[in-house]
Formats: sequence, C-alpha cells, structure tokens
Amino acid sequence: MAKTKILMTGNEAIAKAAIDAGCRFYAGYPITPQNELIAYMANNMEKSAGVFIQAEAEVAAINMVFGASAAGARAMTSSSSPGISLKQEGISYIAGAELPALIVNIVRGGPGLGNIAAAQSDYFQATRSGGHGDYHCIVLAPASVQECYDFTGLAFNLADKYRTPVIILGDGLLGQMMEPIVLAKPQVSSLKSQDKPWALTGCKGRKANVVKSFYLKEGDLEKFNLKLQKKYQQIQLKEERYEELYVNDAKIVLVAYGSMARIAKSAVKALRGRGKKVGLIRPITLWPFPKQVFSKRLTSNEKYLVIEMSYGQMLEDVQLAICGRAKVEFLGRAGGGVPSEEDIMRKVNEML
Amino acid sequence: MKIYSHPKSLRNVSTHYCPGCGHSLAHRLIAEVIDELGIREKVIAVAPVGCAVIAYDYWDFDCSEAAHGRALAVATGLKRVRPQNIVFTYQGDGDLAAIGTNETIHAANRGENVSVFFINNAVYGMTGGQMAPTTLLNQKTSTSPLGRSAAAQGYPLKISEMLALLPGVKYIERVSLHSPQEIMKTKKAIRQAFVNQIEGVGFSLVEILSPCPTYWGLSARESMAWIKNTMIKEFPLGIIK
Amino acid sequence: MPKITINKDKCKGCLLCVSVCPQRLIVVEDELNLRGIKPVKFKPGGKCVGCAMCAVICPDCCIEVYK
Repeated sequence: MAKTKILMTGNEAIAKAAIDAGCRFYAGYPITPQNELIAYMANNMEKSAGVFIQAEAEVAAINMVFGASAAGARAMTSSSSPGISLKQEGISYIAGAELPALIVNIVRGGPGLGNIAAAQSDYFQATRSGGHGDYHCIVLAPASVQECYDFTGLAFNLADKYRTPVIILGDGLLGQMMEPIVLAKPQVSSLKSQDKPWALTGCKGRKANVVKSFYLKEGDLEKFNLKLQKKYQQIQLKEERYEELYVNDAKIVLVAYGSMARIAKSAVKALRGRGKKVGLIRPITLWPFPKQVFSKRLTSNEKYLVIEMSYGQMLEDVQLAICGRAKVEFLGRAGGGVPSEEDIMRKVNEML
Repeated sequence: MKIYSHPKSLRNVSTHYCPGCGHSLAHRLIAEVIDELGIREKVIAVAPVGCAVIAYDYWDFDCSEAAHGRALAVATGLKRVRPQNIVFTYQGDGDLAAIGTNETIHAANRGENVSVFFINNAVYGMTGGQMAPTTLLNQKTSTSPLGRSAAAQGYPLKISEMLALLPGVKYIERVSLHSPQEIMKTKKAIRQAFVNQIEGVGFSLVEILSPCPTYWGLSARESMAWIKNTMIKEFPLGIIK
Repeated sequence: MPKITINKDKCKGCLLCVSVCPQRLIVVEDELNLRGIKPVKFKPGGKCVGCAMCAVICPDCCIEVYK
C-alpha cells in the first residue's frame, strides 16, 4: 500500500501530530515564528472534540495547560523564545507537580525581543531547568518536518510515561519550511482515569487527589527532590537518542542538532565526496544529552567540531561528554546568522 | 438532635490559621455548601498561594495547587477538560487582585463557568502583613508603615466592581464574615455561585470580607468590628451584579 | 433542652463565640488546653436557647449544637 504524503510546514506538522496523538487541550499566545501552529489548532482542535484557547498571556497559557493536564488530558502549548521565557514559572510547577505536558519552542533570535530569525540560542534554557528548582524537561530536537510530526507523538508518550514536561526545540527555519511527510499513526493514549490515577476527576469512589508541588514539612521536599532525581537518572539511562553518520573512520566529527544538523549533513556528504574522513553526530534528545555516543567511540586522534546557531551552548555538553579526551572546536553564528555549508567546509579543512 | 456540626467535606483536623482568622470560616462554609448540594465527588478546587495555600489539607475533595495568581488559568484548564465537574478557585486579594489580575479579568471575560471565592482581608497574610491591592487608605502594613497613601500607593482596588462591567460575568456579590447573620449571608452567596455553575449560568464570584486579626493588630472581636465599621465603607456589601 | 459541646483542644481562644452568645453562656476555662491556651467552656447550668450563633461564628469548627 502506497503511503500518502502530504506537504506541510513544521509548525503545522507538530499541531497535526498533537491532535493525532490524542492531545485535546491547547492554549497559546500568538508569536512569530510559530503562528501556523496556533492557527492550525484554532482550525482543528474543536473538530476533534478538543479545547483551543487563545490565552491572554503566555503565563496564563502554560497554567491552563497545568490545569488541563491535572484533569487528565493530553495538553500542550507552543511559543517562541520570549514567550517561552514567560512560561518558565508554569513549566517549573508542571515539573514539580509531576504533570505530563508538551511545550513547543520554535526558537528565534535573542536576547530580549531579538528578532524573528531562526536561532538555537535557547539550548541552555531548555536543557538546564529554565525555571526555578532542580528539574529537567526532556528536550527533543527535530531536524525535518517529518520529525516534527514523529517527535510530537513521541513527546506525549514520554511525558505520560515519566509524568514530566517535554519540550520540542525547533527553530524558525524548521517551523516554517514545507516538506512532504508520511503520516504514521502515533500512539494515542486513552484518557481513562484509571491510566492516570493521580488526575483530578472528582473523588467518587476513591480518596481525594491533590496535585501540588508544595512540601512544607521538614525533609519532605528533599525526599521529593530525590525521587525526581531518580526519575531523571532513569530517563538519562533509557531515553538518549542520536543519529550518527560516517563516524566510524572519521578524523573529524561534526556535532549539530536541529536545522543546523541538516546543513552539517550536507557539508559532511560534500567532504566525503572529496575523500575527507568526516562524520556527524546529531543529538536528538538534547536532555538527556546523548553522552554515551561520545564516550563509547572516543579515541584521542579525532577532533570534534560543534556547530550551532548560537555562540556555544550545546558546546558545553559536548565538552562535558568528551571531558578533555579530544580536541573540541566550535563554529557558531546567531541573531539571524546561520553557519553555511561553505563555512563548515572551510573550518573542517583548517582542522584537518 | 444535632443541628450544627462539622461538615463532611472538611477534614477533622486543626488548621494552621491564626485564632479568629476568616479563612477557617470560609473553608467551612464552602464545605457545608458542597455537602448540602451533594457535589463533593464532582468538585475540583484550586488552592491559591497565600495563607490558604494548603487548603487541600483541610478540604476532603480533589484539589489542585496553582502558582501565585494563576488559579483561574488552572481552573480554566480543569473546567474545559472536565465540564461535568464543579471547579472553583479560592484566592486571596494578593493572588486574585494583584499578581493574578490578568488571569482573573480574562477568565471572567471569557465567562468561564467556574465559581470564584475571593477572600479580601486587605493585607498579605502569609508573607507577614504587607500591603495588598485592597489595603485601605491610611491602613498601616509592613510595606506601608505610615499608612497607605493614595499619592504613593494608589487606591484600594475594587476588583468586583471592575469585573461587574464584563458581559461574561453573571454573578458577583460582596459579603462579610463579621457576624453570624453575615456569615449566613455569605453561605447563601457561596451556594448561589455553585448553583450557577451547576446550571451552566457562567462566571460567578463571591468577594468575602474576612478578618485578619494577626496583621491588623486587633483581637478577633475587634477585627469583626473593624470590618463592620471601617472596611464596609470602602467595600460596600451586596449583590454587585 | 438545647445544648452545645465544645472541642476544647481544637479551640484557639479567639473568643468570637463568647461575643455572640445572646445568653452569655460561654466563658473562658481556667485550665490550658493541649495548644497551651485557655479554651472556652459552656457555663455550667446555663440555659442554652440553641440559636447556634456560637457554632456559626467559630472559625475552627469546635462547637456542635443539639436541640
């Protein structure tokens, strides 16, 4: 049977995948470059018997998601960098209350109001608990419209499995580019209350449930934090995801994620065409960062080149994973600048 | 025959509230109404940040926490996902009328079919008696040590009157806890707010003038008199909408 | 005859019940309760009218009223 392909933007693919994955609550606030996502939700959520709310503010949107998730629904919000900064309070509470939720960040240039060009400058915010407290969000970085679709279903499943907020970290290029995609059937979780026994559904036939992140009694908050840390260790062990390309005999390994990895991939292929031993590691989960791929293949005679649309954020995770055992160089532009295939090839030739 | 006793929806525990605090009274009245309407198994409450932050330790039904001021955003999420449940928020003046003003106004304007219980005691209790949006002119607090001045700190915010202008709002009443008679009126208003929700009428808010003896520097009895003689002049009782 | 019972260990001693009893039948105990304050008690031999005003105003649900 031929698989049907449809053409859509990354933003629309995320929205469609969310509805296909059983998301029944979306609250968001308009901000460029993710407006196709909120518009898709406005057009399609109610047709699927879900709830769409254009919230009065980013802060309200994320707290509506808190409520919807507490009520047992698959719930999400989306925004772009300045809006995601505003949502940090709610994300911290969602992590603290152990609620599943999806937060999509179609990253734009910063700091401040920045601009609306694609960027990867929110890596730190996404991977290092962007709000207050010791928590992590699982962070998925798609590099194609197909992955925007596929990772959204995955994000909801991981959120439900670990009762944790999951971030899809895209960027303006990915959000707005159009590509043909194949619609695979994402796993739809049921909304039956027995699957989420902690959800607030009214206390009929059971003890009252409380959804909270507040632990006032001495020792309780530390205990709760240790429980969270245990969960994060499990996630780190089981959920690292990455893609490798020509790394086995590579003298230089490029490391890039998201849109940047597409350009890096083209550069790798072009360099291989000229006989240069270059490979690519593309982290798919930014948290948990795929440390294992670095430690398992590390030899001292290779070099790494981290390429980002930022001034070196993922660079720190690569350096931590490599821990001084190999040389790590960096190539980055931000604020609308994108390292080009030629920039990458030039840098690699310098390093060889 | 027992004619007045502990409501079932209120756990039989001592609260952390100070002697004479209005929160305990308001908690009890809400629990009584929930028992009388037989809706305990359908209720989902949203607790605020403020003195009532652990209201869920006292109420015996499903409850959610909300970040400071965000109770009505959380309630919106809960109610839209579960319209068959009865969702209410319980918020103080700082939570509802300062840091959460945005969420309050817009939930009201959307006409969310929820019930809101707004405890106005003109002061921040949990953090130690700072000025609230509803603090009266000349009232001394730890952050208005010379008394609130209109020139420097603005006027007491009349959020109920403001919200009454919105077409999405169906019922607003200001009541008080300063005497047994007023307490019974408060209970009636709480009941009305729940009945409105059950009947699908829409956004209902009950503003409850409530004593804070500790941060008013008064005895419980004097606090009740202060509401009656002073606070009501600024915040007149009755149905606002 | 109407009567009230007072849970003296839950009483926080705010004395609001004392202030509303029309018969002035609620008075302060001499002994401290578990909280370390002097709770209220019903005046022995007093004639309660069962108006329940004390129970209505008690913030801490310490009072039950019987008729």
